[in-house]
Amino acid sequence: MQSRNELKKRAESAIKKSAAYGEDFDLDTLGIASTEIATSENLQDLDTETKKKLLNVGVVPSGEGRVGSFLMLDNAISHKSLYDSSLELMSTHEAMEKYYWLKDYSWKLVAVDTDKYTATSYLENANGYFIRAPAGQKAKLPVQTCLLLGSRNVSQTVHNIIIVEEGAELDVITGCATKNGIEKAMHLGISEMYVKKGATLNFTMIHNWAEQVGVRPRTVVHLEEGATFISNYISLKPVRSIQSYPTVKLEGRGAVTRLSTIAVAHPGSELDLGSRAVFNAPDTRAELISRTITTGGKIIARGEMIGNAINAKGHLECRGLVLSNEGMQRAIPILEANVEDIELTHEAAVGKIARDQVEYLMARGLSEDEAVGMIVRGFLDFGMRGIPEELKDDIDKTISQIGMKAM
Amino acid sequence: MLEINNLSVEVGGKRILTNINLRVEMGYTHVLFGPNGAGKSALLMTIMGFSGYNAVEGEIIFKGEDITHMPVNERAKLGIGVMTQRPPNMTGIKLGEFVKLVSKKNINPEELAKPLDMIRFLDRDINVGFSGGEIKRSELLQLAAQKPDLYLLDEPESGVDLVSIEQIGSTIKKLLFGDATCAGERRKKGKSALIITHTGQILDYVEADKGYVLSNGMMLCTGNPRELLNQIKSKGYKGCIRCNREMS
Repeated sequence: MQSRNELKKRAESAIKKSAAYGEDFDLDTLGIASTEIATSENLQDLDTETKKKLLNVGVVPSGEGRVGSFLMLDNAISHKSLYDSSLELMSTHEAMEKYYWLKDYSWKLVAVDTDKYTATSYLENANGYFIRAPAGQKAKLPVQTCLLLGSRNVSQTVHNIIIVEEGAELDVITGCATKNGIEKAMHLGISEMYVKKGATLNFTMIHNWAEQVGVRPRTVVHLEEGATFISNYISLKPVRSIQSYPTVKLEGRGAVTRLSTIAVAHPGSELDLGSRAVFNAPDTRAELISRTITTGGKIIARGEMIGNAINAKGHLECRGLVLSNEGMQRAIPILEANVEDIELTHEAAVGKIARDQVEYLMARGLSEDEAVGMIVRGFLDFGMRGIPEELKDDIDKTISQIGMKAM
Repeated sequence: MLEINNLSVEVGGKRILTNINLRVEMGYTHVLFGPNGAGKSALLMTIMGFSGYNAVEGEIIFKGEDITHMPVNERAKLGIGVMTQRPPNMTGIKLGEFVKLVSKKNINPEELAKPLDMIRFLDRDINVGFSGGEIKRSELLQLAAQKPDLYLLDEPESGVDLVSIEQIGSTIKKLLFGDATCAGERRKKGKSALIITHTGQILDYVEADKGYVLSNGMMLCTGNPRELLNQIKSKGYKGCIRCNREMS
């Protein structure tokens, strides 16, 4: 058991440690976001602009179609409501106080000294959401959480913990956004997720940051026997830099995961997005899929599968579209097998839209714009399940804008 | 309907069609014969306006309008529809949705797909994993939704099993002739078509009015399609080439 002092020491030693990937941000130039912000009893009381921001990241202010809502504004817990008493939703700080055992989960998957971003989050005693689905509980609707940046020149530090107990099922939608007028800010987000025996976690995350925001999520997921973790990650709007490499550890026999990413790099954006599956138990399965588009920004799509147990099976697919001469796409698939009887495969392709595809559609009467829009939409639509209805319009709009820009 | 005058075409800087003249009147079906590599497909691709097929001389007139350098979609809007030999895989685009879009939401894709036995393909990505016959039927389904006035069909019967040939042949007949019961009505109401055929099997379903023989990028001969087909069957294209030489 590592003591607090030990963790503190390790964090302090990593406070200047650059991350393995992505632009190196100097956190000293930014303050730490405030924890003193008025709470909102009702998300519908928020101003119209903020409500729109929430909706565009799949967070419904009325709470309709959701069993719970949680809003973190800067570093303050601004709202929390729960309609399903069988679930638990509170701030990580509250949960740490309430449950002594939670120390066995907190900072156990993500190492505090991973880099300066984890170190800062630890040393700043980052707060966030704690969601727990008790054994056997199957939530019918998703819990929605929103991490909103509302101040400029600050770092938002977040620490989330999700626990899905044995045989339970939980859907979580997390929307991350920036209020208007935030020129420069950082989001540091630690997420530790535990999916226990036979349980399922569907996790959908939508990012909608701003041009000058740097984003450094650090996510590790632990799957027990027969557990399932499905993740959808969507980032279609301009942002300065996102670097993330969520890792799923398949620790129990027969655990299954599928991580899907769709992302667009606009001019000035740098996205370094990866996903990693570590097969530590037999008969585990993973599918890592990414579809990325550049309209002038830089995208690195990483994927890594490490096979340490027999009869594991994984497929990695990175496909990238280049819609501008200014942009860059790099796909880096890594497969590693450390035992025999394992099957890991990958498929990677980057390039522009094929002319013959555009003309094929045009030959049936579609304009060039319509044809490109349709191809782009088809490229991004590969059967992600669980995308909130509220998001679809905004996604469609963004895709048609991307299609127009491509011409 | 379609008038091609002295058309020469280059692909990648190489001349592949020379001085082509051809005319398809309203309600008429013409067929194009020729050995592999003669330039038949290139002619259809050029009429449709696909990039890479550069008309360097001559003109293509459709419904009185010079379309020689018109974008593909404008030609489609004017009423030209094509079935190509090897259409690209359209990952992520569902056949049913596309058919609906092409018809401007005027039709029920299932109704249209039923006679072509394509209902189960409506939810599939267009051409992805389709067999030869399925591609042809999918193309016809799209054409049925598009309802062009001039059909450009590139070997509708090639790579297709016998059952599919029956479906394809009768669908083409229906698309071209509609309910017309006689030749006169066909002229008034029917659609026009330019069909490439290797085997002539399509002639068992569709009454063609005129045939052309294309070889080495040049039009060798025109005449009654069945007569031409019989000639080709008995003497091969070499016979056509020889005959053409003797005539000139």
